[in-house]
Amino acid sequence: MMKDSKVIAALKDAILRSGLKDGMRISFHHHLRNGDGVMNMVLGELAAMGYRDLTVNSSSVFDVQSPIIDHVKSGVVGRIETNYMGAKVGRFISAGGMKEPVVFRSHGGRPSAVENGVTPIDVAFVAAPTADPMGNATGKIGKSACGSLGYAEADARCAKHTIVVTDNLVPYPLEDAMIQEQWVDGVVAVDSIGDPQGIVSGTTRITRDPVGLVMARTTVDVIRASGLLRDGFSFQTGAGGASLAAAKFLKDVMLAEKIQGSYALGGVTSAIVDMLNAGCFRSIMDVQCFDLGAVASIRDNPRHVEISATRYASPTSKSCCVDSLDAAILGATEIDTDFNVNVHTDSNGFIMGGSGGHSDVAAGAKLCIIVAPLIRARLPIVTDRVTTISTPGRTVDVLVTQKGVAVNPARAALRDRLAEAGVKVVDIHDLKAAAEKLTGAPRRPARGTREVAKVVYRDETQIDSIKSVK
Amino acid sequence: MRRSMLFLPGNTPNIIVNGDALGADNVILDLEDAVAPDQKDAARILVRSAIKALGFKNVELTVRINSLDTPYWQADLDEIVPLRPDLIMPTKVGGAEDVLTLDACMAEVEKKSGLPAGTVKLIPLIETARGLENAYAVASASPRVAALFLGAEDLTADLHCPRTKEGAEIFYARSRMISAARAAGVDVYDTPFTDVNDDEGAVKDARFARSMGFSGKAVISPRHVRAVNEAFSPTQKEIDSAREVLAAIRQAKEQGRGAISLHGKMIDKPIVVRAEQTIAMAEAIAKGGSK
Amino acid sequence: MEIRRKAVAGTLESSDVLVEIEPGSGVSVELESVVMMQFGAAIENAVREVLKEFAVENASLRVVDRGALDCTIRARVETAIKRAAEGEDE
Repeated sequence: MMKDSKVIAALKDAILRSGLKDGMRISFHHHLRNGDGVMNMVLGELAAMGYRDLTVNSSSVFDVQSPIIDHVKSGVVGRIETNYMGAKVGRFISAGGMKEPVVFRSHGGRPSAVENGVTPIDVAFVAAPTADPMGNATGKIGKSACGSLGYAEADARCAKHTIVVTDNLVPYPLEDAMIQEQWVDGVVAVDSIGDPQGIVSGTTRITRDPVGLVMARTTVDVIRASGLLRDGFSFQTGAGGASLAAAKFLKDVMLAEKIQGSYALGGVTSAIVDMLNAGCFRSIMDVQCFDLGAVASIRDNPRHVEISATRYASPTSKSCCVDSLDAAILGATEIDTDFNVNVHTDSNGFIMGGSGGHSDVAAGAKLCIIVAPLIRARLPIVTDRVTTISTPGRTVDVLVTQKGVAVNPARAALRDRLAEAGVKVVDIHDLKAAAEKLTGAPRRPARGTREVAKVVYRDETQIDSIKSVK
Repeated sequence: MRRSMLFLPGNTPNIIVNGDALGADNVILDLEDAVAPDQKDAARILVRSAIKALGFKNVELTVRINSLDTPYWQADLDEIVPLRPDLIMPTKVGGAEDVLTLDACMAEVEKKSGLPAGTVKLIPLIETARGLENAYAVASASPRVAALFLGAEDLTADLHCPRTKEGAEIFYARSRMISAARAAGVDVYDTPFTDVNDDEGAVKDARFARSMGFSGKAVISPRHVRAVNEAFSPTQKEIDSAREVLAAIRQAKEQGRGAISLHGKMIDKPIVVRAEQTIAMAEAIAKGGSK
Repeated sequence: MEIRRKAVAGTLESSDVLVEIEPGSGVSVELESVVMMQFGAAIENAVREVLKEFAVENASLRVVDRGALDCTIRARVETAIKRAAEGEDE
């Protein structure tokens, strides 16, 4: 290799130089979301080179990465560690397709495990929309721009060997770079790292669903009644339709009441960017961009700041952004009467998700609000016991449904404040009863006995075991 | 309390199930324009089944039936009246004779189902020029008539003019409806604002309707429910004056005074009644939490 | 009621159910549902109860459920029966 270039012509050569052996751990990030081409490309190459029994540690596994199923079947991949798994690969795992259980962590727990030697990475493959020949890399620019590269930072920094894969090589130096040259061993330039259409959506739309809108309004009423909505307020919400509606309604309130917030955190969409531009917040701390509006903003606005996953949510850091969060809006596939939340599996037990940042944000936020309709296609959202515990009930404060708001009994003062403010507060058991009155009592599907996945909480303890589905 | 009346298509299970959670004071399950001719039977059965199972106890329930010039209206009444919705909304009502026809049919159905005659009320939809001219006659045709409801989309077609957001073309219609309804002693509801994406326009239109004297307003998009509710809720100023009036009445009673005046004006019975209604509505809103 | 012809009621939209009915010998119900595990038995029960209510003894049904509530299932089955029996003197 030349002194002023780490560029290696072929991926195969880069792999050969990395010292990768059978049974080792490789990592990927998921900032290219359902448009990613790098994991498939790398695993395909590793398979062709005859590798076996590798551990794949990827911050998420999306449906577009379903070729990993073949690599599991053929023995190239022996273990998977991730924070989120789409339904396609999830179904394969739930049916018992993999010998070793998948290990699920959270967006904060994953870099912590990497840094503390729990999941040491032998080779990190870092897909980069733009990179220079020494390995400085960013997601903010390039034809495959994805915005923040927050989830890749700990991998690149801590891995024994780091390979940057880019489809936009620029002259040295790339100054603004989340991935920095001092951590990078090799750079491979390819034609395309993925499909831009699948990487970020053009726009994320606020829901038209009337129930979603009602829940969004109620959510904002809850935030107001909590007393947290004043100057210095900080906020995080997701990318779903109801979350975006809540962001819009919150913006209207903050502008009308001239409230100057401190920061918005996320998982960032255009709705959050709108709030920044309207002056609702002084800054955005961004670990992942969901749409083109967020990508453009992180590129052009110095107040829209890229942060690493460690800074975002690592529980073993001296502090992280979720620790200072006032209010957060999150979703759920199920929630039980102890307020435990499931975001890993559907009601039949099939894996179709994962914590992502859910359990981190719930643990950090002063006010954690779960927004979910009372029933989804005849299935009650509230159950006796969730199919999988993703986020423990002690970190969840409020459940907002279209038929009422339930407050964790441990937050009696909050409950009183909400009731006084006119919010329709009901007991969570009554919500469950109301749901079952509509749907009839659901039969619980029988579960298999084999553990197909472990749910590891941000403190590295296993809080649940996902069983196979019959 | 009937500030907002929200239309829901009668053949869409997903929407009906959540109908009472959308914040509207009154929900209108629609068997008419929202349902294709070949699905009238399906909608009728679905609405009947839904009302029976779900109850709709925490909202006021209206069912809009097909007009008298269709083959469906009688089956609509036969199927729905026994379930005791609060209101039936007949469409294209042209005159008092239409009300009497409906009244007689409903009385028969009530009798067959063991309900006292007159249990289910009527809220005729006025959407033709003839209906508008006969508004007073319609409103006073029967004790069953609880209110009049204005439908400007079909009306403007009948008037041969375009329907606009500003609404100058329906100014007379609105005034006429209000005066006819009040003269007959019934409530009156304004036509819905139809641009679902114009939230500001919806607020403006709702406030205008309130200022003209409507009791409340139709809504076709759940997005506008809150705006309509707010427009038709008493303002703090109105609540404060109402309290003042009632306090003055109490004081006068205690002091044994007959004629009562406040701020130099005589307080007569209608003012007291309005004050009591305002306070009652304010309390209902505070209790129900709907904003 | 007698099922004289093929008829369809309902749709495949979320929270609705598509019911296809045609003449058959005895009663047969083919059921597909997005909540088969949780509510399969309850759905089939509801369908058969409505058939009984309308004294339908010979019919073949195909039911594709998208998470419809009980009242919706009953309404759609009833509608399909009445459409399929049209022309019959009551």
